[in-house]
Amino acid sequence: MAYLPVSPEKLIAQFGPHKNYPSHEGFLGRDEPDAVVKTHCCFCGMQCGIKLLVKKNKVVGFDPWMEFPFNEGRLCPKGVQRYMQNNHPDRLLQPLQRQEGVGFTPVPWDAAMEKTVSEIKRIKAQYGNDAFAMLSGVSLTNEKSYLVGKFARVALKTANLDYNGRLCMVSAGAGNKKAFGLDRISNTFEDLERAEVILVAGANVSETFPTLTHWIWRARDYGAKLIVVDPRVIPLARTADLHLPIRPGTDSALYGAMLKYLADHDMLDHDFINNYTSGFDQALATVKDYTLEWAEEVTGIEKEKIELAAQWWGKAATSFLLHARGIEHHSKGVDNVLGCINLVLATGRIGKPYCGYGTITGQGNGQGGREHGHKCDQLPGNRDITNPEHRKYISQVWGIDEKDMPGKGLTAYELIEAIHRGEVKGLISICFNPLVSLPNNNYVREALEKLEFYMCIDFFMNETARHADIILPGSLHEEEEGTVTTAEGRVVRIRRAVSPPGEARTDTAIILELAERLGAGDKFRYNSSEDIFNELRVASKGGTADYFGITYQKIEEKMGVFWPCPTLDHPGTPRLWEDKKFATPDGKAHFNAVAYREPGEVTDDLYPVVLTTGRVVSQYLSGTQTRRIGKLVDIYPEPKLEIHPELALKYNIHQDELVRVSTRRGTDEFPANIVETIRRDTVFLPYHWPGKKSANQFTPGTLDPISKIPEFKVCACKLEPLGIKAPPSQESNAFASA
Amino acid sequence: MPQTNYQTQQEFFVDMQRCIGCRACEMACAECETNGHESMIHVNYVDRAVTIQTTVQVCMHCDDPVCANVCPADAISKDEFGVVHTANTARCIGCSNCVMACPFGVPKKNEAYDLMMKCNMCYDRTSAGKKPMCATVCPTQALYYGTREEMARMRPNSTPVNNFLFGNEKVSTKVNIMMPKGSTQLIVD
Repeated sequence: MAYLPVSPEKLIAQFGPHKNYPSHEGFLGRDEPDAVVKTHCCFCGMQCGIKLLVKKNKVVGFDPWMEFPFNEGRLCPKGVQRYMQNNHPDRLLQPLQRQEGVGFTPVPWDAAMEKTVSEIKRIKAQYGNDAFAMLSGVSLTNEKSYLVGKFARVALKTANLDYNGRLCMVSAGAGNKKAFGLDRISNTFEDLERAEVILVAGANVSETFPTLTHWIWRARDYGAKLIVVDPRVIPLARTADLHLPIRPGTDSALYGAMLKYLADHDMLDHDFINNYTSGFDQALATVKDYTLEWAEEVTGIEKEKIELAAQWWGKAATSFLLHARGIEHHSKGVDNVLGCINLVLATGRIGKPYCGYGTITGQGNGQGGREHGHKCDQLPGNRDITNPEHRKYISQVWGIDEKDMPGKGLTAYELIEAIHRGEVKGLISICFNPLVSLPNNNYVREALEKLEFYMCIDFFMNETARHADIILPGSLHEEEEGTVTTAEGRVVRIRRAVSPPGEARTDTAIILELAERLGAGDKFRYNSSEDIFNELRVASKGGTADYFGITYQKIEEKMGVFWPCPTLDHPGTPRLWEDKKFATPDGKAHFNAVAYREPGEVTDDLYPVVLTTGRVVSQYLSGTQTRRIGKLVDIYPEPKLEIHPELALKYNIHQDELVRVSTRRGTDEFPANIVETIRRDTVFLPYHWPGKKSANQFTPGTLDPISKIPEFKVCACKLEPLGIKAPPSQESNAFASA
Repeated sequence: MPQTNYQTQQEFFVDMQRCIGCRACEMACAECETNGHESMIHVNYVDRAVTIQTTVQVCMHCDDPVCANVCPADAISKDEFGVVHTANTARCIGCSNCVMACPFGVPKKNEAYDLMMKCNMCYDRTSAGKKPMCATVCPTQALYYGTREEMARMRPNSTPVNNFLFGNEKVSTKVNIMMPKGSTQLIVD
């Protein structure tokens, strides 16, 4: 039943995406708002402070929040325009049900709930509990992430719950747990300020975390050397002291060679290595053959540049290493992360002022959302669902028998594969648009079509929701109280500015009613988001991500609290590891041996060009929100194929000409943008768009064996110019491509 | 004349090196109702085929504003704080003299309104003691609004310059461009 009920064009006409613009006169009431609400941007992991202007239960504008310490009023274009998601013509205002040949028609809440619950019960009875799965997302607050985790285990009683953080930073999380026993950036971004060397590995900071750029530029004002590793000259790389244009899929070779160089030239912190780490000898032995010449051959970076990077890193007194999806979205994402961590540990520059390391978490609550239990292998407090002690503690907090706690489930992409195999028959999704964000999305679409029942909770009809049987209108970021944890590990307050419009309900209310109707209501008695947070505090107590000492009041008073914060009188922990006692079982930081291996798909005669994917500054993730905000759409209206002039010449491709891009998984056409700011052997597509404009029809479903992150960042493609000039971008309507 | 809280010690500084082309300034500027949701600041690629570099152009608020000098309708005025205001809508005849005369290419004619429109340094905000919106939101502080002393402390490797030489034409401005330390003027051939 999960085929589209009518054509996608018809659904787009009714439910969007449509572009929302302010009128030329602006919104009435901005001069005299009913309320000015201090909250945070709904988009990336920076979670910039912002004030929303509210008039008559509508968000009518924004004002910079100058006092919030991380961004001090600074915002990116997405932040400036984020208010335009409110009061949007596409907003879902009633529950909808699929009607074959008609589309989606309104249905009363009671009927929508009843249908959902009866299908859950039927599928579970017929195929077993784990045949009903749930997919969640980390734009949700900590409270909702926790609630979803508990709901899936206690009310749905399924093991198969996972989340879109699986496409985000799980490689970093897994690497950090291996090395440090804990998954959080080690320092606040203020520690960038006096770092002598900043190494940014696979992080398009200026487009994906624009407000973080300020802290990097500040460091450079004080003389920091900036090293950027990226196949493209991203805006951050333009003025970098050293740009290492790496061949996609070869990152661990670079970091391995740098480690060997540090050792060969004795640029090591022996005291730190000897006393506070383990595994150094094995890590070094693994890279003993990784010479600069070898690394040049593998990575495509001139050996002199690799040497210079290693020298700068080796000689620095202070440093900060940041990475993001560029090294994590690989079938060896964890290896890449560990390769970076090895460089940090070898030089002992962690746990000190201006000596930092960390992943730059991508999603709004990418940090908190990956700690409190809506991951398939995790319980709150970043506990392990397979650990008997952890299961026992959380079972007690939840008031269930430990035997009834499901075990480890499948990860997000494995769930899609399980749907294909017929093992998973039913699905609830919230805050996840896999049809745009998962790789090989033609395969994902086929999976959706095999579902017997699919219910989606969202505020807009995202592309995946079109395959649903029931769509429940949930809440926007500004419609519920809660907390999120920023990329710095700072727990901050999200404030409700308006209530859900029409018949839309808060996500929390929807989940609580489902729990009630599934017979688990007694385990879900909360009167407020703060009630949920207070239970989360207890559930996280004693875990590595310990929030017990954090209260709503404390967050308000301190403008955020950094976890771990184990007791009420604890001030929080902005900088980790100052005592050099790591959270691993032996208390030491662990080097890990990283042997280089090739990416899951390499170029060949049929598919001779490397394709990599990424983002643009004006769009966020799968675009459910940002492809509906007119001015953001207009900045970058359609995905263009970035290609180097030499490669373009080789294939006789001209500027703005349509090029057919093909991989083993899909074929479609994109306008060429011929630029010298990319490697000669690599083309780039940004991924925020759906349908025929989707980059993820090309990407492979190859997963990292540990983190299960898909390999978005490298695959093999072929290019064929069509001899036709592309229509003007503004006419492409890519934002609503079918 | 109504009282203002204009902070005369605060100045506008533009540092192209820091610009990442994100267009937060354009988005924020366009939020102003008095602009009819049009941006008065403009971000452009220098030459996208060869570089990712962008420039950001805000009104430089010239000491001797050519736009005002060439205006046949006397629609453009400079106030006591040195802010060169956008065309007075009652006076502007949409002739585009200012558009052609400005050495920085700042004024734009809005064909729909048949009016010239340009930056007035967020007079509604600056006259109330606030910073212009573009400089407030700029995530990299390529646009900064504050005192010279703050700038000297924060950016020890750069010098603000507000003298420009276009051929033989000297132009001095209220807005500063950040240049390599020790620079005194920007020569535009």
